[in-house]
Amino acid sequence: MQILELYVFVLAAFVGYMVISKVPALLHTPLMAATNAISGISLVGSLIAAGAAHNRVSTVLGFVAVICATSNIVGGFLITDRMLRMFRSGKGVGRKE
Amino acid sequence: MRETFIQLSYLIASVLFILGLRSLTRPDKARVGMQMAAVGMLFAIAGTLLNHTIVDYRWIAGGLVIGVVIGYPMGMWVPMTAMPQRIALSLTFSALAATLVGIAEYYTDITSVGTLSHGKMAALNFEIMLGAITVGGTIVAAGKLQEWITSKPVTFTGQNFVNALVFLGIAGLFVYTIVDPTQRWAFYTMIGSSVIFGVMLVMPIGGADMPVVVALLNSYSGLASCATGFAIGNVILIISGSLDGASGFILSILMSKAMNRSFTNVLFGAFGSQTTAIAGRTAEGLSVRSIGVEDAAIQLAYAQLVIVIPGYGMAVAQAQHAVRELAEMIEARGGEVKFAVHPVAGRMPGHMNVLLAEANVPYDKLFDMDEVNGDFDRADVALVIGANDVVNPAARTDPASPIYGMPILNADRAKSVIVLKRGMSAGFAGIENELFYDKRTSMLFGDAKASLTGLIAEMKNV
Repeated sequence: MQILELYVFVLAAFVGYMVISKVPALLHTPLMAATNAISGISLVGSLIAAGAAHNRVSTVLGFVAVICATSNIVGGFLITDRMLRMFRSGKGVGRKE
Repeated sequence: MRETFIQLSYLIASVLFILGLRSLTRPDKARVGMQMAAVGMLFAIAGTLLNHTIVDYRWIAGGLVIGVVIGYPMGMWVPMTAMPQRIALSLTFSALAATLVGIAEYYTDITSVGTLSHGKMAALNFEIMLGAITVGGTIVAAGKLQEWITSKPVTFTGQNFVNALVFLGIAGLFVYTIVDPTQRWAFYTMIGSSVIFGVMLVMPIGGADMPVVVALLNSYSGLASCATGFAIGNVILIISGSLDGASGFILSILMSKAMNRSFTNVLFGAFGSQTTAIAGRTAEGLSVRSIGVEDAAIQLAYAQLVIVIPGYGMAVAQAQHAVRELAEMIEARGGEVKFAVHPVAGRMPGHMNVLLAEANVPYDKLFDMDEVNGDFDRADVALVIGANDVVNPAARTDPASPIYGMPILNADRAKSVIVLKRGMSAGFAGIENELFYDKRTSMLFGDAKASLTGLIAEMKNV
């Protein structure tokens, strides 16, 4: 483990804390959906495990991990978009019905 | 050259993720921002596929296709009312992915090299322990939210003692495997016990405490992917994991504050079970005033300001569309309607906002507790729909009450209160609500959706 990675972790945690504490309660559910989608980034590790052909066990575990992570990415971003589309202000455009 | 390209794609992805989350501070900008974040994800995936350790693309292609096939319906077809359990399930997926990658990494190193460095083992252990706890916990949470498992707290005597023992066991194995990574049995036992610990952690937690639990598990799963990043030396995993972890952490703190309870109290307090014994004042000798839809419709029709307080009962009755229709009728008659959303109303953070937004209620009519609490004094009617504990004045007045100190919506300060409720059963906390016995309160019994439909019909005749 390198100290550089620790730097990245601490700084990213700061940025995360500052950005996310400004998200209003109104959008807390979309926020959870969005972070779920972003957590699909574990696909990065899964792809390497599934494709490195080290041994059968890690290939299969990686394969299942790829499925989990991909469905989070696809499902997460789609549902976040679906939710955010519903939030509209009362001024301006009328209802879609 | 290739390595530079990979790192650049991760950098672009990180920036777009952060900008995407930042866009969530503005409802009108959020959609575009999150679409950018999705583009960032594509960069990260494309960059990773160039990694020189990947030699065989067949399993990858298969996994990606199956993942899309599962993910698409989870994104497009799951109804908004099922959102809490859907979020819990996707937390299971992300924690499972992190755990499996960790196991694969351990297995590969232990079979090819024979051992692992202590530093890497520590990172892997963090990843796998947090991942496995989250897997166990989120499966139970999803089951409870879907009501496959009872949403009541499941408790037994000595529960906290047993949990503490299991946790000590996990901690012991955690340290032992770092000291001697070749002990495979210890490693695999730790994984199994962590899943069991996750299950036991969430079983005693009741439905209304789910917002805290889901948020907390969200931060665990974020930290698990962070640890993956440390284990395999991947910066984008560390960045995204800490964003995810920060989000879960902030939400769980906000939720706990909104219930005036500490983490430990939520996790180990088994709220519903013990409170029945110590519940404050009882309802004996008090009477409620029941009201019919006709009278309620008249009250609403002539009100200048109506504040609607939605709760989990509205979600259960699927009454959000009827609420919107009623609100529009009141507005058409010249009244003003505001929606007061308590932070822990519903089963997950922001649950009510999403349901009302889906029913086409504009978001500038949805107000947080702090924004709207001052308005109750001039409200003619506070319309409580399927909410209970979040409007219980005992939180302010009765130090003996289990919810004493919890911030509540000031429904009792409105000139009159109409409560839509199925019957006189107590709320989640198992305590009587004085508001229902107040002389200014009228109870409109029945299914929330049916009552609202009745109100809408009556309003037309007023």
